[in-house]
Amino acid sequence: MSFQQHTLDNGLNVIGEISPSARSVALGFFVRTGARDEAPDVSGVSHFLEHMVFKGTPRRTSFDVNCDFDRIGANYNAFTSEENTVFYAAVLPEYVPQAVDILADILRPSLRGEDFDGEKKVILEEIAMYEDQPMWCAYDHAKKAYFADHPLGNSVLGSVASIQGLTRDQMQAYYDRRYIGPNITVAAAGNFDWPELVNLIQQHCGAWPSGKAPRKGIRPAPGHESFRVVPKDKVQQEHVFLISPAPAANAPLRHAADVLAMILGDDTGSRLHWALVDPGLADSADVSFHDYEGTGSFFTSLSCAPEQTQKNLSILRGIFRQIQADGVSAAELAQAKSKVLSRIVRASERPMGRMQALGMAWTYLGEYRSMDDELKAFEAVTAKKLRQVLDRYPFTEMATLALGPLTKLRKPR
Amino acid sequence: MSQQIYHHTFDNGLTLLAERMDHVRSAALNFLVPAGCVYDPDNEVGVASVLSEMITRGAGERDSRALSLALDNLGVDRDESVGQLHQRFWGATLASNIPAALEIYADILRRPHLPKDELEPVRALALQDLQALQDDYKSMVMVELRRRHWPLPLGRDRRGTPQTLKRITPASVRKHYERTFGPQGMIVSVAGNIDWPRLKDQIERLFGDWQAPASPALKLTKAVNGRGHVAKDTAQTQIAIAYPSVPFGHPDYYAAQGAVQVLSGGMGSRLFTEVREKRNLCYAVWASYQTFKDRACVLAYAGTTNERAQETLDVTVVELKRLAKGVTAEEVERVRAGLKSSVIMQEESTSARAGALASDWYYLGRVRPVEEVQAAIDGLTPEQIVSYVKKHPPRDMTVVTLGPTALK
Repeated sequence: MSFQQHTLDNGLNVIGEISPSARSVALGFFVRTGARDEAPDVSGVSHFLEHMVFKGTPRRTSFDVNCDFDRIGANYNAFTSEENTVFYAAVLPEYVPQAVDILADILRPSLRGEDFDGEKKVILEEIAMYEDQPMWCAYDHAKKAYFADHPLGNSVLGSVASIQGLTRDQMQAYYDRRYIGPNITVAAAGNFDWPELVNLIQQHCGAWPSGKAPRKGIRPAPGHESFRVVPKDKVQQEHVFLISPAPAANAPLRHAADVLAMILGDDTGSRLHWALVDPGLADSADVSFHDYEGTGSFFTSLSCAPEQTQKNLSILRGIFRQIQADGVSAAELAQAKSKVLSRIVRASERPMGRMQALGMAWTYLGEYRSMDDELKAFEAVTAKKLRQVLDRYPFTEMATLALGPLTKLRKPR
Repeated sequence: MSQQIYHHTFDNGLTLLAERMDHVRSAALNFLVPAGCVYDPDNEVGVASVLSEMITRGAGERDSRALSLALDNLGVDRDESVGQLHQRFWGATLASNIPAALEIYADILRRPHLPKDELEPVRALALQDLQALQDDYKSMVMVELRRRHWPLPLGRDRRGTPQTLKRITPASVRKHYERTFGPQGMIVSVAGNIDWPRLKDQIERLFGDWQAPASPALKLTKAVNGRGHVAKDTAQTQIAIAYPSVPFGHPDYYAAQGAVQVLSGGMGSRLFTEVREKRNLCYAVWASYQTFKDRACVLAYAGTTNERAQETLDVTVVELKRLAKGVTAEEVERVRAGLKSSVIMQEESTSARAGALASDWYYLGRVRPVEEVQAAIDGLTPEQIVSYVKKHPPRDMTVVTLGPTALK
């Protein structure tokens, strides 16, 4: 396993981890742009643009893009988050040149007017699809309540109104500002030849524009303590999110935060599992750690029968109070570490897993993190570090949002 | 690099399959027990799901918490699920922890406590599972589609109903366990960095002396088929379609798979191109293949806003039928490329291989070497696919919609 890195003259970064025993190669273009980089009048443009990237270039129609990927048997897709837009493909080693040719080409899309108008309908369908998923609606409302005017509160999909109002020219202007060399990292993992990859990237991306794509509003999100009930009478179960502050993506405490979330709310053997799911009080309950640039948050979620919700909120309150007071046991820490070790090792066995990890580490930290670096960082988590997380990011000031049949709930004391 | 695949069937009917993968540190295990929801008594549908949740709540020397902790300390990510014909127990962790995990799974499968006081919490979960389905429209439309398309009990929903769940007692869970769990027809598969002789000895020691009767035979009713609609006040209408295909192992199996791939293999495939790319009717549209030993079907799905639902259904059905009019060489080339890379990439996943070993064995009674799969994929031609579609055209369709209004 070896790591390589190269920066093109225009600032585009290429990183790769070569693993000769792999059967495939995963390639990803990580563009450091997302919902947090959007002004309110273009809300949803990053995600809509991600769709438009597949709609063709001067060399390819959208049908050509899809068929060219299919012809090399690529396993490909893209996703947009608050902070990143990522285009990726896993292919057999012999198809690396074609995969780079397609990915690099589509990253310079034509953004044709008729494609824009047509794809707008698909985006509106995607919004309607999520509207029918109560857990997702609860998540979106909770995020807005917690982050308020912090850029991380921006919606990835945008709203029906913002998407309907968006023009092709606004998208083009956003694209020109954000899709420039220094804002893009190409990550590769698996069985490939490094000099060949660098040549291909140089050949296809060397002429891309350079410049500066600053990100505004990188600051902690103190979070807003709030308690809100959104009644939806057509929903059956009550869907609840609680959000509280956590370390940022580059914070030394991030591994401890991950372990803490696991002890509290992993899907097996966690405190929430034993207190809520095992006794049948909730059909799901978990805690996860989300890290961003400049801040982070713990997301606690719960789905249960409406009549049980009030009691479950009190139980949650008790769990948080107890962990704040007493911390975690040595046995819980050891158990969480065993799980992390197994998960990291297994995720790293696939080039797709390594490519994602490499690309994210480079985007957030500007450094290479091998699988062993990550394993060691988790191994080094101690009860003392978990204590520091609890002290600095207490589970007391939370934004709580419940969506479902209930019209009111009392804030638990 | 040649595959290292192993097999042994013990005298009591249990089959062990393994694939050694030198290049990984992990391994995945998979138990397929012929105890799916089709074997639930009609008045207690849901008992297999209840049993699957109860069976890990204490076994052998360990109570519920000790058992969960032991698996967590071994880093075993796991899942227990109930299908129509099988209950599946899946787990994956570092290969060095697999022998210890197998000891625990032997307790779960052979010596579960099924404690009486755990029934009420488990029943509460089962009732919530049923309730949560009402908030998940995509799953709901598929549940209704299967109920109409297959004869009962093949088409039943494993969740049961509030009435059937209420009838379940601690004694009936125990009785159901004794009736359906045993070595006959059970398949254990392990893939990853394993040592075959040691694995075989261990499985023999853990399961070799297990004796139990085979699962009872099934009696099938006649399927309902036809059109169905579930009225719901939703933003999108869910559309689900099923029609017959040939089962896994049939001489036309690869052609049938090829046909589904032409429809839905990649983003250049027909449904994505015609329904989403050209007409922008929806975000999600796909087709897939589902099989039992003696019957199979193509499932198609689309979700779209209500006012465009009729057009989406019409266009989708036209595309399904148009296959018989011809498939291009270019389309088949793309299908071959997609299948070829998925076969090779499967070799990077211990979980995928453990699952594939078990399903090959269940359907075919043998494990297909990768070369055989490769040759069959390479041999796919447009003529073969078209002749299959002409023999098995999309007809006798079951169509279920969910949304504010029924479609024509």
